[in-house]
Amino acid sequence: MHEWALAEGVVSTALKEAEKGQLKKIARIKVKIGELQQIDNELFKSLLEDVLRVEDARVREAKLEYETEEAILKCRVCGHEWPFSDSKKELSEEDAELIHFIPEMAKVYLRCPQCKSPDFEVVKGRGVWVESIEGE
Amino acid sequence: MDPRLAIIERRLEDVKRIIAVSGGKGGVGKSLTASTMALIFSQQGYKTGLLDLDFCGPSTHTILGAKGVLPREEKGVIPPEIDGLEFMSIVHYAGDNPSPIRGIDISNVLIELLAITRWGELDFLVVDMPPGIGDTTLDAIRLLKRAEFLLITTQSKVSLEVVRKLLRMLKELRVPLLGVIANMKFSGSSPVAEEMKILDIPLLGEIRFDPHLEDSIGKADRLLNTQFAEELRRVLLGREWFKL
Repeated sequence: MHEWALAEGVVSTALKEAEKGQLKKIARIKVKIGELQQIDNELFKSLLEDVLRVEDARVREAKLEYETEEAILKCRVCGHEWPFSDSKKELSEEDAELIHFIPEMAKVYLRCPQCKSPDFEVVKGRGVWVESIEGE
Repeated sequence: MDPRLAIIERRLEDVKRIIAVSGGKGGVGKSLTASTMALIFSQQGYKTGLLDLDFCGPSTHTILGAKGVLPREEKGVIPPEIDGLEFMSIVHYAGDNPSPIRGIDISNVLIELLAITRWGELDFLVVDMPPGIGDTTLDAIRLLKRAEFLLITTQSKVSLEVVRKLLRMLKELRVPLLGVIANMKFSGSSPVAEEMKILDIPLLGEIRFDPHLEDSIGKADRLLNTQFAEELRRVLLGREWFKL
């Protein structure tokens, strides 16, 4: 479960921000999960709660909010824009798993559906992102 | 906020020293030096990792003969062990396929690898850098704050010209610099020594061109017995910084 590593990142980010803002307690963490990384949302939520429990007391009671973001890809060569979900259907399970670990592997295993170029950008929905942290 | 950035230092907290093997030009022997250096450290009894950051042209797996090895998933990823080294490379994920990544994607791969890789307790983490002063070098300086740079050049004017620019940038950014190794020496004169004297940069040593080195690619045990490895060993073991 490499998601544990990302969950640790979310909690460490919250604690670093708490230090910057001199917060005694973190009340809410809003996390955005980009579709390209194909994270099992339920597993990630459960791991994040596990990490929260073993971390610093300031963050233990934080409420977690989640938002899932659709992944959109855009070809740098022909300008075509398309949702990752269209390409995912053509990926083998093994290749999808490699993109799960390193989302940029999409450039290795996918091509622009229009011009077949590997030179495309991820417009949105890459991976895990901390949207906001609230506390007092 | 990118959650991965907050976790990188923790991932590297059990690594005593990080040595980034760099140099301006391609083809001067950075990957061979990085791989062989890691093997020499390991042979000396130091726990050593090798991280290949040349995402568009990874080659340390070829030098070590690492095929079909994959990291293990456990609260992140655990690097596979190759010839006694903890070994991490983009080839674990890209396989034999080309990896046409650039700009922000290079940064993202680097950050992702640093955030999810769980190195064991290491004495040395040797980092094989790509040529140039581009994305990866700037990111390594930004994210691997403890990295000490070791530069490789040949005595060619072409290589020296580029390494001079890299040295200038590293000095300007106050990046820890171990010094320079002159590789593939083929003449009696020492243009690298002269240049380093002018720049006031330590020349750690000169390694002669080894015509038989190619025969040992892919076989770590043979690589360690080459003239190249013998001369590199002499350069490293004679240095105070080699000791922890």
